Amino acid sequence: MMEAVYSIKPLLAVLVSLTAACLILLTGERSKNLRETWTILASVLKFSIVASMIPTILKGNVIEYTLITLAPGLLLQFRVDAFGLVFGLLASTLWIATSFYSIGYMRGLDEHAQTRFFFCFAIALFATIGIAFSANLLTLFIFYEILTMATYPLVSHKETPEAIKGGRKYLTYTLTAGVVILLAIATMYHLTGTVDFRPGGFVSGHVSPDMLRFLFVALVLGFGVKAGMMPFHEWLPTAMVAPTPVSALLHAVAVVKAGVFCVLRVILYVFGPDLLHDTGLWLMLAYFVSFTIIISCFFALAQDNIKRRLAFSTINNLSIIILGAALLSGSAIKGAMLHIAYHGFMKITLFFVAGAIYVKAHKENVSELDGLGRQMPLTFGSFALGAMGVSGIPPLCGFISKWYLCLGALEAKEIFFLFVFLTSAFLDAAFFFPIVYRAFFKKAQETVKPHFDEAPMFMVIPLTATAVISLILGIFPNAFLPFFEIVTVAVQSILGG
Amino acid sequence: MTSQIPALIIVIPLIASFFNLLMGWWRKGLCYPWVIFALGLCSLASSATLWTVIQTGTIHYRLGNWAPPWGLEYVVDHLNAFVLVIVSFISLIISIYSKKSIEQELPGKTVYFYTIFLLLVTGLLGIVITGDMFNLYVFLEIASLAGYALIALGEDRSALASFEYVIIGTVGACFYLLGVGYLYIVTGSLNMADLTELLPRLYLSKVILVAFSFFIVGVAIKMALFPLHVWLPDAYTYAPSTVSVLVASTMTKVGAYVLIRIMFTVFKPYYPIEIIPLTTILGWVAVAAMMFGCIMAIAQYDLKRIFSYIIVAEVGYIVLGVSVANRMGLTGAILHILNDAFMMACLFFVAGAIMYKTGSRDISHFRNLHRKMPFTMAAFTIAALSVIGIPPTCGFFSKWYLIIGAIDAQQWIFAAALILSSLLSALVFFKIIENVYFEPRVAHAHNGASHEEVAVDEVPVSMLIPIYITVAGILTFGVFSGKIISTIIQFAVPASF
Repeated sequence: MMEAVYSIKPLLAVLVSLTAACLILLTGERSKNLRETWTILASVLKFSIVASMIPTILKGNVIEYTLITLAPGLLLQFRVDAFGLVFGLLASTLWIATSFYSIGYMRGLDEHAQTRFFFCFAIALFATIGIAFSANLLTLFIFYEILTMATYPLVSHKETPEAIKGGRKYLTYTLTAGVVILLAIATMYHLTGTVDFRPGGFVSGHVSPDMLRFLFVALVLGFGVKAGMMPFHEWLPTAMVAPTPVSALLHAVAVVKAGVFCVLRVILYVFGPDLLHDTGLWLMLAYFVSFTIIISCFFALAQDNIKRRLAFSTINNLSIIILGAALLSGSAIKGAMLHIAYHGFMKITLFFVAGAIYVKAHKENVSELDGLGRQMPLTFGSFALGAMGVSGIPPLCGFISKWYLCLGALEAKEIFFLFVFLTSAFLDAAFFFPIVYRAFFKKAQETVKPHFDEAPMFMVIPLTATAVISLILGIFPNAFLPFFEIVTVAVQSILGG
Repeated sequence: MTSQIPALIIVIPLIASFFNLLMGWWRKGLCYPWVIFALGLCSLASSATLWTVIQTGTIHYRLGNWAPPWGLEYVVDHLNAFVLVIVSFISLIISIYSKKSIEQELPGKTVYFYTIFLLLVTGLLGIVITGDMFNLYVFLEIASLAGYALIALGEDRSALASFEYVIIGTVGACFYLLGVGYLYIVTGSLNMADLTELLPRLYLSKVILVAFSFFIVGVAIKMALFPLHVWLPDAYTYAPSTVSVLVASTMTKVGAYVLIRIMFTVFKPYYPIEIIPLTTILGWVAVAAMMFGCIMAIAQYDLKRIFSYIIVAEVGYIVLGVSVANRMGLTGAILHILNDAFMMACLFFVAGAIMYKTGSRDISHFRNLHRKMPFTMAAFTIAALSVIGIPPTCGFFSKWYLIIGAIDAQQWIFAAALILSSLLSALVFFKIIENVYFEPRVAHAHNGASHEEVAVDEVPVSMLIPIYITVAGILTFGVFSGKIISTIIQFAVPASF
């Protein structure tokens, strides 16, 4: 049975990036290499700490660390469980890739305010891991707000009027959502006397049906803002003005995934499958996100800017994850959790590619890519892999998660949602493959060099690495990042406990 | 000797004020160390008092050993020991800060400044420590008169601002005195503890109602509770920087203390809650104050004026916590007295620092200030986030308790107002932050080169240290609020809650 192991590891995993952030700030522009060393060191160290927790979690235990007691039933506490570890592992793995990539990107473009950039980046990772390992809603909320604050300067990084506007919009959406969440958490604490996550939920039996509906809507929509749930998605395409590494890690992985992660926490660990099933709230949510899934695909089809197209694809996939969790069946939950991890690898590849194209060829639009694949075969090859994965084509890892999601729809006896999944996979292909087609098969424009000329290696290596990892994870799901096993443990604890 | 410590809290600054004048005639330069020495001692004395209160409970100190209710009595319980420490400690760090600022803004007046400064601190501490209604009035007048004088020392328009304050402040003091008079007519006593016993029999009398109304209106003027705040923005804006810090961080908070004392100690809590609907009225007034303060702050361009309106809103927070009249709400209010004192001190410190270096308070002139004064602006950002209520700063935690308090009282509108005002203050502060940190750039301009060189030009260490002491407070009080509440605040809340 589940057992709590007391260890300082979660705290260390969280603090590593905070320490790095301070060191980055202290080093500043004086020694750029030293400053970047801190980022790399911290990312590797963080990954090793997170990875070292895998064996314990696979045994079905959780790792706890209490920071401080605010009041009875109100702790600032870390607890690493299987679900949290999936997210933590994802974020810390991709941070390594992004660190290398962003060094290449920032230096390649000779960007301004690099210290601020790397500082905020490290803080954002600090918050992300904090979210992953939070043991209760209050701790989660604290890190959630830190994440908002840390990513705001990143969104506005370019300081163009457009970027500043994007930052404002981002703040407006996320801060408003934040206070709604806060109100809901406070109400929950008032009603139940606790905010501690429990597999299968803790709200049951404390709350009147009306209040339950209010809390559910407030929390899901509140966290859903970061998860790009329509109609609250507007900030996400606007935030694409940020430098590409930011879009990559934060808007395909950390920030939006944090949003989805929190929604799943709310569904599975606050309310719990049984309660949602009995009240029928799950169906409401499922239809609501199905709307986003389909509509976002059409938006994506209409975008010419690569990053905006990716942004809508992200919105689409995030809602797929939420739909999976909302279906509440074992396979669907499994598929949703797997998709958090797998989609991360695939989508970051796609964003990396967009950045590499921008740095090398200064192109931002799909219509300008004709023939570019011959100049940058590694980049576009990786893009093709990522695109296949996101569309759910085997043997990429995206296939596995979508398979389980479809299976889950059948288990829940809701054929409608099976069609939602299938339609969206089809549409995914419809808006990604034209890019691949243009790059490789269309006649090259004059600006394209006929010979091999790639972006800096700092960028190409990470992007091929993530592409290859998503291929390997598709063939050997437990190869070296055992997401599959961890997710199985998580689903067991929720449904079997 | 140790039993005399409560008296020393008042006697030290009073005597020091007198000797400061004598010493200033001899050697001007001695005033600064002398004031720090005196306030250091005073802080020690109040800390010792707090320690004794925590160890042994309420202290009753009879001045001249006359037995109450005839003699004067100082009564120190958890509530006022807590406020005493805040006031004495804040004035100590302000005195450290004052040196450079005063030399620049008030050349030639330093001796008088420090003399009155000490008198003001004496008055504030006296208000807090005394257990006698009339004695409170005396200290209130000492503090107010010193305040009028100090504010009038400021720039050109300060004389008018101070005059306005004199008129309104005197009305407030008169109201308070009239209240004391009425109580004396019907009970024949001025001692608070004595009044607590005598009053309940008279609760239905009109005289008591009138007296109570005078108290509340008088105190509301002194603490600048909307709509009686009109004197505050002018006075705090045009006062010398150091004076602004002192009055902003302590005076309204001491007013809030008096309000709590009168409502829940001198009168029994059920009087303002059940017999007359004061708490309900105060609640709505507080909501209006929060909204009005934040909205007015948005409209301003003068940094100190923005902060002044923020104070109006902050007073609203404290009064809201008082008005919900339950354990959580009052805990939040008392915690906010501490947090707000530090936040306001930090903000006005920063305003003073900017004045010292640039001579301007207009936020549209703040471009690139983060490169000129990186440490000051970092401190500003942290304080701003705290006022907005972003965790893990202390502002979040007091807001958390206040929201829980509002929800406990089933006052959903109050809870909504709290989160709405957080959003409004976000608007206020991000406007400034944007002005400071971002310079609008042209899209696609070559980045690195467009920088205009700005040399770092920070304020002296004697100003930075106090700023960072307050920042440390802002960062730690929130996280350790559980400890503060369990050792001090929970005993400061009336037992009947």
